Amino acid sequence: MKRVLRTYAIFQKELTQLKRDRMTFGMIVMIPLIQLMLFGYAINTNIRHIPVGVVDYSETGLSRVLIQAVSATQVVQVTARYLNVKQAESAIARADVRAVLVIPKDVSQRLVRHQAVGFGSPPSTDAETSRPVAQWIVDGSDTMIAAAIKSLRNMPLAELLDKPANRSTPTFEVTLLYNPEQRTAVNIVPGLVAVILTMTMIMFTSAAIVRERERGNLEMLITTPVRSIELMLGKIIPYMFIGGLQVAIILGLGNIVFNVPINGGLWQLAGATSLFITASLTLGLVISTIAKNQLQSTQMTIFVLLPSILLSGFMFPYDGMPEAAQYIAEVLPATHFVRLIRGVVLRDVEIIDMTFDVSWLALFTLAGLTVASLRFKKNLD
Amino acid sequence: MSELVIKATKVSRNFGALQAIKELDLEVEKGKIYGFLGPNGSGKTTAIRMLTGLLRPSAGDVQVLGLKLPQNAEKLRLYIGYMTQKFSLYDDLTVKENLQFVAKIYGLSGQVQKRRIDELLNVYGLEKAMDQLAGSMSGGQRQRLALAAATLHEPELLFLDEPTSAVDPENRREFWEQLFDLSDRGTSILVSTHYMDEAERCHKLAILESGVKRADGSPEALMQQMGVHVVEITSANLRQLKQDLLTLPDVISAAQLGARLRVLVRNSIADPLAFLAQQK
Repeated sequence: MKRVLRTYAIFQKELTQLKRDRMTFGMIVMIPLIQLMLFGYAINTNIRHIPVGVVDYSETGLSRVLIQAVSATQVVQVTARYLNVKQAESAIARADVRAVLVIPKDVSQRLVRHQAVGFGSPPSTDAETSRPVAQWIVDGSDTMIAAAIKSLRNMPLAELLDKPANRSTPTFEVTLLYNPEQRTAVNIVPGLVAVILTMTMIMFTSAAIVRERERGNLEMLITTPVRSIELMLGKIIPYMFIGGLQVAIILGLGNIVFNVPINGGLWQLAGATSLFITASLTLGLVISTIAKNQLQSTQMTIFVLLPSILLSGFMFPYDGMPEAAQYIAEVLPATHFVRLIRGVVLRDVEIIDMTFDVSWLALFTLAGLTVASLRFKKNLD
Repeated sequence: MSELVIKATKVSRNFGALQAIKELDLEVEKGKIYGFLGPNGSGKTTAIRMLTGLLRPSAGDVQVLGLKLPQNAEKLRLYIGYMTQKFSLYDDLTVKENLQFVAKIYGLSGQVQKRRIDELLNVYGLEKAMDQLAGSMSGGQRQRLALAAATLHEPELLFLDEPTSAVDPENRREFWEQLFDLSDRGTSILVSTHYMDEAERCHKLAILESGVKRADGSPEALMQQMGVHVVEITSANLRQLKQDLLTLPDVISAAQLGARLRVLVRNSIADPLAFLAQQK
C-alpha cells in the first residue's frame, strides 16, 4: 500500500508541475492538433493543377484545342507561354513551371495520322504515322510530379476529333530532365539539408541563450560592458560553422551513398546555405528572447520544425497542397530554402535568378535581428 | 564630508502590488565599506540592482559616481563591479578560462591581461585551482573566483550581494580581509549581508526591513542608539529562565546562545547584574 502512496505522490507532483508550465500544456494540445491538420490537408500524393508552360510552334486552332484538352484533365494548369524550348528549359530550371508542353509545327499532321484517331488506314506501325503528337519536358527531380505528367501520356485524343476512344498509343512523348532514373533520393536529400539545418540552427541557438538565463550567467553578463548585439553575434557565429559542416556531411554522403548529384557550383551552394543558416539562427535568437527555459525553447523549435517538414516541399510536393497550406508554407524559411537548394544542387541554377526566395530569406533575417535586438534588454525590468 | 560615490534620494521600486523598496535615501562615501543589513526579503538585492542600473526605480533619483541612473548604466559598467548572490560565472569553464573571458569583456588583452590574471590568482589563492572547472570547486573557492572576476578591471565601486552566504566562517574571515585591502587602496564597497558580525566590520551601516530603511549610521552609533546593556547568564534551567525574564518590562529581549542566555536590559537600569540577581 505504501508503494502505491509513494507512486501516487510523485504522480500528483508531476501533474501539479505540468499544470503550472503553461507552455508545455499548450504544446500538448497544439502539436497533435497541428500535425493532424497538416497531414490531413497538405499531404496529397494525388497531384492536381501542376503549373506548366507551353511552347506552341504551330499556333493553329488544333493546337489550341489540344492545350485546352490537356488543361481539362486538371492534372496541369497552364501558367505561362514561352517562345522556344530554350526559354522553357530555363523556366523549368528556375522552377517557374514544373513542365512544358512543346507542340511541334506539324501537330495537325501528327494528330491526323495518330493511331488513336485512326484516319490513317491501314493502321501502321510506321514511325511516321505513330509519332507522338507533342512533347512534355518535365522537371524529373520530384518523382510524384513526374508520375502525374507521365499519366498524361496516354491521354485519349479521339474526343478531339469526335471519334470513339481507340487503342492506347502514347499521345505525348515525355522527356525527363534532372532525374531520368526517377530516384526518390534525388529529391529528398537536398530537402533533408533544410530540415536538419532548421532543427539544429534554431534549437541550438535558442537553447544556448536560454541556458545562460537559466543558470544565472546572464545576470552577470548584463552588468558588463558587453552589448546585446555583440552577445548575439558572438553566440551565433560558431553555429554557422556547425551548419556548414552539416551541409557538407549530408550532401557529401548523399552523393557517395545515394548518388545524389551535385550539379550546381559550390559557391552558389555556399551562398544559399549561408542565407538559410543566418535566417534560422535569427529565428533561434527570437525564440530565445521568448522562452524562459530550455524545455520551452525546445518546444518552440518543434513547433516550427513540424510544419517545416510537412509543408516545405521536402517530402510532399508543394504543388499538391491546397492554397491555404501553401500560404502557411511561404512563412517558413525552410520552404524557400528547399527551392533554392534543389535549384542549385539539382538544376544548376544561379541563386541570383531565384530572386523571390533569396530576398525573402534576406528580409526574414533582417526582421529577426531587429526583433531580437529590441527584445533583448540589458536590464531585469 | 568626503565625496559621495552613491547618492539615492527617495528611491522606490514596486513589483506590481508589492512595494519592494519604499523611499530609500542613501549616501555612500568614497573609500568606505557600506553595509546593507537585513533579513531575507527586506529588499537588499532589489536596492543593489537599482544602484547598478539593472532595475529602473519606480520613483526617486539615483546617482552613482556622479552619473544619473538608469540612463547612464552602460557608461558606468567599466567603473563598477558586481558580485551576485548566486554564483554566476561558468561552471563548465576553468578558473583561468573564466577570468580570461571576463578580462576580454572588460577590454584587457595580451600582456596586461596575463599580468592581471596572474596577480588575481595569487591574491585570491586560486593558483593551484587554476585549471579546475569552476563547477567542481567548493563554495569558498567559488566566492573568491567571483570576487576576482568582479575586481578584474579595478573598479572604483564594488557591489557585493550577500557574498558570503554559502561560505564557512574561516573563508568568510579571509574574504573580509580582502575587502579591507581593497578598501584601503581606495575602492568603495557596498555589501549586503544578514550576518551581524560582518555588519560590525563595515564603516557605516543601513538596516533594511520590508523595503524600508530603519536605521543608518556607524555600527558603534547604532549600538549606542539601541540603549541597552547586554548581559550573559548561565543557569541550569535556561528555557524557564527565559520565559520568566521576558515578563519583566525592562527586559527587551532574551535569546539562548548555546549554554548561555543573552539578555538585553534597558539602559535606564544602572546596574543590570544587580537587577537581574534581584529577580531570581
